[in-house]
Amino acid sequence: MGFEMPTEKYSGRIKEVAIGATKDQGGTRTARLIAGGSNGLPFLPFESEMPHPPLVAMDVVDTVRMVPEQLQESMGAAVKDPVEWAKKCEGEWGADLCVLKLQSANPEEEDRPAEELEALVQKTLQSTGIPMVVYGCGFEEKDAKVMEKVSNAAKGERLFLGLAEEKAYKSIAAASMANGHGIVAFSNLDINLAKQMNILLLDFGMKPENILMDPLMAPLGMGLEYSYSNIERLRLGALSGDPVLQMPMICDCSCAWTVPEALEENPERGDPELRGVYWEAMTALAAAVAGADVVIMRHPRSVTTFRNSIKALAGGA
Amino acid sequence: MPTAMEIYKLLPKTNCGECKFPTCLAFAMQLANQKVALDACPHVSPEAKAALEESGAPPIRLVSFGSGDLAVKMGDETQLFRHDKTFYNPTVLGLVADDADGLDAMKAKIEEAHAMSFERVGQIMRVDSVALRHSTGSVDDFVEAVKTAAGRELPVVIMCDDAGLAAKAADACSDRKPLLYRATASNFDAMVAVAKEKSLPLVVGASTLEELTELADKAKKAGLNDLVLEPGTESLADMLVKMTAIRRAAVKNKFRPLGFPTIAILGPDMMNHMKAAMGVMKYSSALLMDDMPREMVYPLLALRQNIFTDPQVPIQVKAGLYSVGEPTDKSPVMFTTNFSLTYFTVRADIEKSKIPAWMLVVDTEGQSVMTAFAAGKLTPESVAKSIDDFQVKEKSSRNEIIIPGMVSRMSGKLAELTDMKVTVGPRESSGLPKMMKTLSS
Ligand code: B12
Ligand code: SF4
Repeated sequence: MGFEMPTEKYSGRIKEVAIGATKDQGGTRTARLIAGGSNGLPFLPFESEMPHPPLVAMDVVDTVRMVPEQLQESMGAAVKDPVEWAKKCEGEWGADLCVLKLQSANPEEEDRPAEELEALVQKTLQSTGIPMVVYGCGFEEKDAKVMEKVSNAAKGERLFLGLAEEKAYKSIAAASMANGHGIVAFSNLDINLAKQMNILLLDFGMKPENILMDPLMAPLGMGLEYSYSNIERLRLGALSGDPVLQMPMICDCSCAWTVPEALEENPERGDPELRGVYWEAMTALAAAVAGADVVIMRHPRSVTTFRNSIKALAGGA
Repeated sequence: MPTAMEIYKLLPKTNCGECKFPTCLAFAMQLANQKVALDACPHVSPEAKAALEESGAPPIRLVSFGSGDLAVKMGDETQLFRHDKTFYNPTVLGLVADDADGLDAMKAKIEEAHAMSFERVGQIMRVDSVALRHSTGSVDDFVEAVKTAAGRELPVVIMCDDAGLAAKAADACSDRKPLLYRATASNFDAMVAVAKEKSLPLVVGASTLEELTELADKAKKAGLNDLVLEPGTESLADMLVKMTAIRRAAVKNKFRPLGFPTIAILGPDMMNHMKAAMGVMKYSSALLMDDMPREMVYPLLALRQNIFTDPQVPIQVKAGLYSVGEPTDKSPVMFTTNFSLTYFTVRADIEKSKIPAWMLVVDTEGQSVMTAFAAGKLTPESVAKSIDDFQVKEKSSRNEIIIPGMVSRMSGKLAELTDMKVTVGPRESSGLPKMMKTLSS
């Protein structure tokens, strides 16, 4: 009985989506990144291609209210200033791209005016060269105002704006279409909802090459298994030829830091910060193994750990 | 399982009826549906029996080692993707103690492995085994360490390439059914002989899948059934590719030589820890690790627990009225859902307050507060019904219920339905201790 490599061939391929624009392309970014492009399950070079291994985005939250205290300590003073934080992501921490989360827009908290946030986005763009994704605060009316301003201010930069949700996507889709930006389509752990969300955006007039899907990454210990299987199923659906599922997936793994177990003091489970680093790195590895094309992370050490894993997977080193 | 027709072809076709079925075909149909056992037909030939057993065997053989309550099972998986059904036997995790470090260090590691046990969402998650490895240390230390490990509860792996020494070590823990590691091309016959003589499960290792197939087939032909496969997994890429290939060959192609559980040995750094996470997700039945810092083990065990839960059934607790501490009729009452993660998180937070309380666990089919609320499975009506069903008002005379902050929207309706005072608690149960201190007694 001789061994034969059991290979799978799929009819579908994930679309290649470009994030960011350089000078020649009408923006100011130092590089344009490509997400997606694979025609098989991740990291199986004997049967499929993965031209662009998962990109590593790092998030920047514009209010420390949303950053756990221990993290503020270990990541340093930069987390108090979004522009400085973004610079660190690009420089020292080596992120491919940056996700600016405008949580301070939240009308029930800081309620920062749209003009200020527009200025913040502008300043961040001026201070960095990596491509950017910008998320609102999740309150539809406020986000509509913020996104319109951000879109205009960053004309030509090919940002990705988020999050478009089933019940609130028109204003953000309009904002992103107005100036050649892309969009992040959010759905809630459900393959049909993910598909529905893409259909809504396509019907609204968005082009498929301008859409990234966020199928909701639940962190380790808080529903990771649902996300892992949901991402696998989405990827298999796309590979089996469903064009509406062939947008690359972006998975926010910084949610690992919301899990109490990741950071709580408990000597039996070792140093909380290092545990958190593993927590986030394993969450990201699960996303990537299941099919994520972009992962969003927070801690520089988990980024390094995850990146080394991806290198080893993609390069065979 | 073979089809009724495949089975029928192998039966005597005499329709003698001794199996209590009128015809051989009727019997074959029952057998294909696993309603009867093959033994019910006294006339099957031994050849037919062997053929049927082989084709009816699971795609990946179940192999176990260790003895007593902590014995572990590997293999018996039937899926490539957990969403297609479920993954059954969680990856066995073992800590390696090497005799190069001396006997004391080995003994310390044996204790370390035993100590690594944690409770999470009502389940015990633990490091499952200790592996003793002979490398450059003294043979006596090695055998002594095996004896020490055998005196404890965790299943033991004997790691050495020298068949004579492996036999000696196996004798030192003969009633504990250790796993023998390993037979390769260079010690094959001798190691297979030891496994056979002592009826022990054996790891077969090779650096390519072709060679692994050959060795596994040879071991089977030599009469060994309990095999564990070790493909060389030098890099993370190698590990994913080989583990995927073995799982697919066994499950999709029913390729018998590779129809066994798998194992990988991992070195001592962060990259290897990520390999462990990969192994848990992608098809390693066992992982033996040189070191297991606690910061890594806890998340790794949580990952294993996540990946190996049944996708159809969330881990859940029974609905009911639970007491935390020793509550009286003056103690506060609060409700939560019967999703284990929610229940145990909230319970731990109430315990931190050191104030006794009643915890009403509402049946939400194992969903979290927000999920159940969004899905309409946690409604003022369902909470009111639980309050009735579990006689909350008889246990507590406060006539007040504290509700999760995330579902503050149900307070009006709930107050109306129950005539109770509804107090909205914090959004995260971590805020409960602080809030509970402010409650009037
Ligand atoms: C895993 C998950 C699922 C899993 C189910 C897991 C399960 N067994 O419950 C699945 C995939 C099935 C799922 C499905 C859905 N989900 Co869901 N899901 C999640 C996810 C990622 C994690 C939930 C979780 O485990 N939380 C952890 C537990 C411990 O939290 P908890 O129960 O709320 O408990 C906390 C607090 O409520 C509080 N608390 C609890 N009890 C008590 C008691 C008292 C007295 C107090 C004071 C406090 C308190 O303390 C706890 C610890 O902080 C969340 C997003 C997120 N990251 O939170 C979305 C989320 C809950 N889901 C959501 C939705 C909308 C859905 C769906 C309706 C969507 C859909 N696909 O159709 C479905 C509904 C299911 C159905 N139709 O049957 C939304 C809810 C939106 C809203 N604001 O209402 C969320 C928030 C995602 C989002 N951002 O959109 N989901
Ligand atoms: S006992 Fe065996 S041979 Fe007789 S009818 Fe049943 S299956 Fe056929």
